[in-house]
Amino acid sequence: MNGSGWSDFLAMGGYGLYVWGSFGMCVLVLALEIGMLSARRRAALQPDDADVIDNTGVGA
Amino acid sequence: MADKRVNWFKYAAPQTFYLLAGRAVPWFAIAAVVLTAAGLYLGLWAAPTDAQQGDAYRIIFVHVPAAWMSMVVYLAMAFWAAIGLIFNSRLSSMLANALAPTGAWMTFLALWTGALWGKPTWGAWWVWDARLTSELVLLFLYIGYMALHAAIDDARRADRSAALVAIVGVVNVPIIYFSVQWWNTLHQGASVSLTKAPSMAPPMLIGMLVMSLAFWMYCFAMALARVRTIILERERHTAWVRKTLAVA
Repeated sequence: MNGSGWSDFLAMGGYGLYVWGSFGMCVLVLALEIGMLSARRRAALQPDDADVIDNTGVGA
Repeated sequence: MADKRVNWFKYAAPQTFYLLAGRAVPWFAIAAVVLTAAGLYLGLWAAPTDAQQGDAYRIIFVHVPAAWMSMVVYLAMAFWAAIGLIFNSRLSSMLANALAPTGAWMTFLALWTGALWGKPTWGAWWVWDARLTSELVLLFLYIGYMALHAAIDDARRADRSAALVAIVGVVNVPIIYFSVQWWNTLHQGASVSLTKAPSMAPPMLIGMLVMSLAFWMYCFAMALARVRTIILERERHTAWVRKTLAVA
């Protein structure tokens, strides 16, 4: 693109809403998916007391 | 000769695969970040404005990769679901499970970015055209697969039932892919295919291929990271997971 600066870049030749709406939603979805997975992983890593054999000397 | 062969079944053990996937995830993630940075530079900056569609065409740099991955991930999911069904291998079913959310997100992105491209280009956010409708059906297949799996308490029974949905749904993938040839659709035909030279200017094409590779790497990273979590959830009762959790 031969734009003269940031405002031209952001305007995207008048299609800014559509272009940034697309790229923005991609960023949002990736952030959501990664966030949801890391929450799920944290939950899975949480040892529930009844479940874990106490071989560390801590807990239970 | 036989003793020189790699024992691939070793990697079918969740415990082995958990470690293997753990080592692979960061590399896929790094590749995804680097390729995305390059792809965004090429797509948003280096590639020239399209003569017909103006800058609205830049949406394809995310739309096409998302649409490709929505189908590729579905095929991978159905493949692993089928392997899990046929060979009764737990890890295969877990892989199918791990792929589903990523595939569903890709399908959503393909539909969303398609709508934002359709509005300025066709004048409509949505039309009930064969390509769009079959892609929407794909989203429902992903959701159906995940909902059915979640609705059945016993994980192995859930795997088998959901696998049937995944396998039956495979018929929809060629329908999506060939819809632009089989029916008169508003959606344009493929600009890139294996059989003929691409009908795109080189900088645009390179940007799109780099973004597609980035999406591939992202999907690999996500599916492998998710399968690790699924392994932890499902193998909680085993000694090795208990040890892993105790250390963590």
